[in-house]
Amino acid sequence: MTTHNNIKATNDFVIRFANINGSGSASANNLFTKVVFRLGIPVSAKNIFPSNIQGLPTWFEVRINEDGYLGRREGYDFIVATNGQTEQKDYHELLPGGYYFYDSSRKLPDNLKRTDITEIGVPLTNICNENYTDPRLRQIFKNIIYVGAIAYLFDMDFSVFEDSIKSQFAKKEKLIAPNIKALRLGYDYAEAHYAHVCGLKIHRRDCIKDKIMMEGNAATGLGAVFGGATVAGWYPITPSTSVIEAFEMYCKKFRVDEESGKNKFAIVQAEDELAAIGIVIGATWNGARAFTATSGPGVSLMSEFLGLAYFAEIPVFLADIQRSGPSTGMPTRTQQSDMLAAAYASHGDTKHVLLIPSDPKECFEMTVTGLDLAERLQTPVIMMSDLDLGMNIHVCDPIEWDDNRLYDRGKVLDQSALEEKQERWGRYLDVDGDGIPYRTIPGTHPKKGAFFTRGSSHDEYAVYTEDGTVYAKGMERLLVKWDTAKTLVPKPIIKSNNKSSAIIYYGTSASASQEANDMLASKGHQFDEMCIKSFPFGKEVEDFIQSHDTIYVIEQNRDAQMKTLMVNELGIDPNKFNEILNFDGMPITAMYIVDNILKSSNQSESLKVVK
Amino acid sequence: MSYLKSSFRHPNAKVNDIGFTKKDYEGALSTLCAGCGHDSISAAIVESYFAMNIEPHKVAKISGIGCSSKTPTYFLGKAHGFNSVHGRMPSVATGANMANRDLQYIGVSGDGDTASIGMGQFAHIVRRNLNIIYIVMNNGCYGLTKGQDSATTDIGSASKKGAPNQFSSIDLCQMALQLGAGYVARSFSGDKNQLVPLIKGAIEHQGFAFIDVISPCVTFNNTASSTKGYEYVRDHLEATGTIDFVPHRQELKIKQPDGTSKEVELHDGSKLVLQKNKNDYDLTSKREAMNNIESVREQEKILTGLIYANKDLPDTHQKINTVSKPLNSLNKDELCPGSGILDALNAGFR
Repeated sequence: MTTHNNIKATNDFVIRFANINGSGSASANNLFTKVVFRLGIPVSAKNIFPSNIQGLPTWFEVRINEDGYLGRREGYDFIVATNGQTEQKDYHELLPGGYYFYDSSRKLPDNLKRTDITEIGVPLTNICNENYTDPRLRQIFKNIIYVGAIAYLFDMDFSVFEDSIKSQFAKKEKLIAPNIKALRLGYDYAEAHYAHVCGLKIHRRDCIKDKIMMEGNAATGLGAVFGGATVAGWYPITPSTSVIEAFEMYCKKFRVDEESGKNKFAIVQAEDELAAIGIVIGATWNGARAFTATSGPGVSLMSEFLGLAYFAEIPVFLADIQRSGPSTGMPTRTQQSDMLAAAYASHGDTKHVLLIPSDPKECFEMTVTGLDLAERLQTPVIMMSDLDLGMNIHVCDPIEWDDNRLYDRGKVLDQSALEEKQERWGRYLDVDGDGIPYRTIPGTHPKKGAFFTRGSSHDEYAVYTEDGTVYAKGMERLLVKWDTAKTLVPKPIIKSNNKSSAIIYYGTSASASQEANDMLASKGHQFDEMCIKSFPFGKEVEDFIQSHDTIYVIEQNRDAQMKTLMVNELGIDPNKFNEILNFDGMPITAMYIVDNILKSSNQSESLKVVK
Repeated sequence: MSYLKSSFRHPNAKVNDIGFTKKDYEGALSTLCAGCGHDSISAAIVESYFAMNIEPHKVAKISGIGCSSKTPTYFLGKAHGFNSVHGRMPSVATGANMANRDLQYIGVSGDGDTASIGMGQFAHIVRRNLNIIYIVMNNGCYGLTKGQDSATTDIGSASKKGAPNQFSSIDLCQMALQLGAGYVARSFSGDKNQLVPLIKGAIEHQGFAFIDVISPCVTFNNTASSTKGYEYVRDHLEATGTIDFVPHRQELKIKQPDGTSKEVELHDGSKLVLQKNKNDYDLTSKREAMNNIESVREQEKILTGLIYANKDLPDTHQKINTVSKPLNSLNKDELCPGSGILDALNAGFR
């Protein structure tokens, strides 16, 4: 045994599972995470996976934190190493005092020698070979066995594992006993060989209350069902695919007509992202609620159509699940790097409404709100989620729905409204002064309300024009609509202690930023905080910036894209902003933010902080 | 050229069975070149919808970009139209059709819009068997950008610019056949007698109906050296047979087939009656249709008329099993699961 100081912590540590993708480890790791959650302890999981189906390294990081800080944390206290390919790296990345859990059926290579960690070897392969004959089962249960072993090491309540297995396999009952047996094999081995070795504990708390744990993409798909979307055009792309998969799953559950067995939804897998958004535009033009989901490369392809929808004023709801760009970039790593591409997508003068969720519940709500806003404003609304939010499970408040909530279908003239209309109706005529004209849906009225939708310049009556004055008037009216949008989009969340310095963050940078501010407060540097929820910026955002002297903008991209939007749209002096930028594709951490804010504040002139 | 369309119509103008005059099917005045084949196609569309007793506002017209894609302004003025983006009409039409299966859809495109920039979308709207009439106004050149060769320009054909085209041409009827269209026809803008029954048949067809209409570009591609000029096309037509459209309810009035004619039944029981000619073959055989296009081409002729018809293919809505009620008419009560399921839903996330 070694003589170092073991890390001792209860309900506050990080465990990293190093696996091979396609080996069935995901369900075992999820089981572990779910049990932590069911023990009442806040937990977050980050799946760091390759753009590959089988055979390459994948990691699953679980942070357990009873104080509720669930952003990613650097450093691993415990590593479950089951992947020979990454063994060297995993071994050396473990924190001093940490625990290295490995399959001791094979001896550790001689060059893996650390005296500052505890090695915990469990002969997973041997145990499997002794207990199972089917090679497939040997592989699957190897994962369950290590979960059983760590359940003992962390002193976790074993009955919660048993209950979880029972509910997971409620419909495949014959799988319950073998899974529990595998858990028990690991648990018993660890108890026999490693009693009182591990200083990390997971003990029951009551911190979860009624919270839930889900992926942002599932919440987005569910939001589209509640929000009344009936048509989805889409093209597969990581990390957005599971939005449409969730939409389809919930539609099959909630949207099949009982009598006829027919679908109250149409999901069309398109030939590319251009067609995906073309389908959405055709459907909303024709009076249905429609949406699509994509990621950065898809946004690039959809840009021409987004310009059409902006100029011809057609509702679009698009969920952009951002990943690391540019180009193909790192398709399975996260980033907030489509902000500018989305805000100003397409040629000519265009700008689009953005909604920025920070957790799954907000994904759900912003999808419903986005479908409303798209129709109210007759323009594209893009929800800026990302891979971290979309594909990882997050603890959040439960999904809520108010049955009195109505769908806001916006300004649509139905048959009787057209019938009563005496004056000439103009598709692009701003009668209310809010920049939003009235539209009609094809097939509504035999004699009135038909018009020709076009992306070419048009007058207030939708007639083609090359009269520059008429064109300019239409473009200016779109700015009136833009001002109206500022009053309708979700407001920022502000935490103020009347400090002169502030941090601004958005989306999945929220958890780490809030934790960073608490860490800084304990060192005597507290900041006011603003979490931006939408674009265009309303008065609250502008006022917050005006009322602070020094501002740190925390983002997960290289070019400080949100800062650019604030400078550009609000006319703020760029020197007022300090950039805290993380863009290595891993979710930002509180420690990174703290380090860089401290570094930046010590360097009075140099404001740019790069990792 | 005229720039105002007379609104005068004879007070006793003929009305169709649902009380509309032909004027109700017309659109704005065309701004295409005088003599453009596309205007004849627009006129044939007006004629067909009038005769088929379709309420004008129950049709949605969708197009891409180009001279051809301008034409939906010139017919069915009481119908909503959508001049979308270049080569992307099929996706917009797909979304529109998904939203409301009760309307009729007519998509208008050109040879550039379909055979080049829109080839991908064209392939996939055919595969889906969307219920739409898809008309390509095929002039073998890019008219709006002044006469460049298109992907349907035949090898060796030369436009006004003079240089013969060196690249293989795409036969859109063969493409449509290969990709699974249920109704494939080709016609000539100068042959209204053939085109109108083909459009009527397309209106009746349930599923994807494709009509490739050769439509000479009088300004850039009507030269003696072009294979899409009026003169060349007139001299090289080879029809599948003289064609007549017989609506279902008139069936009893027509003479029994006398051995020289052949019938093609459509979805509602209407029939297309073809006078047999030497190219007669089984119109429901994809293989024979392909063969016929090729063998007529070998004789340096252009096969026109109805090339293939199969009324039994399921359209997109049937394939994806949507409800019969248009999706755009479903209200919140029909779409939203409501708060009643929240407890169970949230429990599933714990």
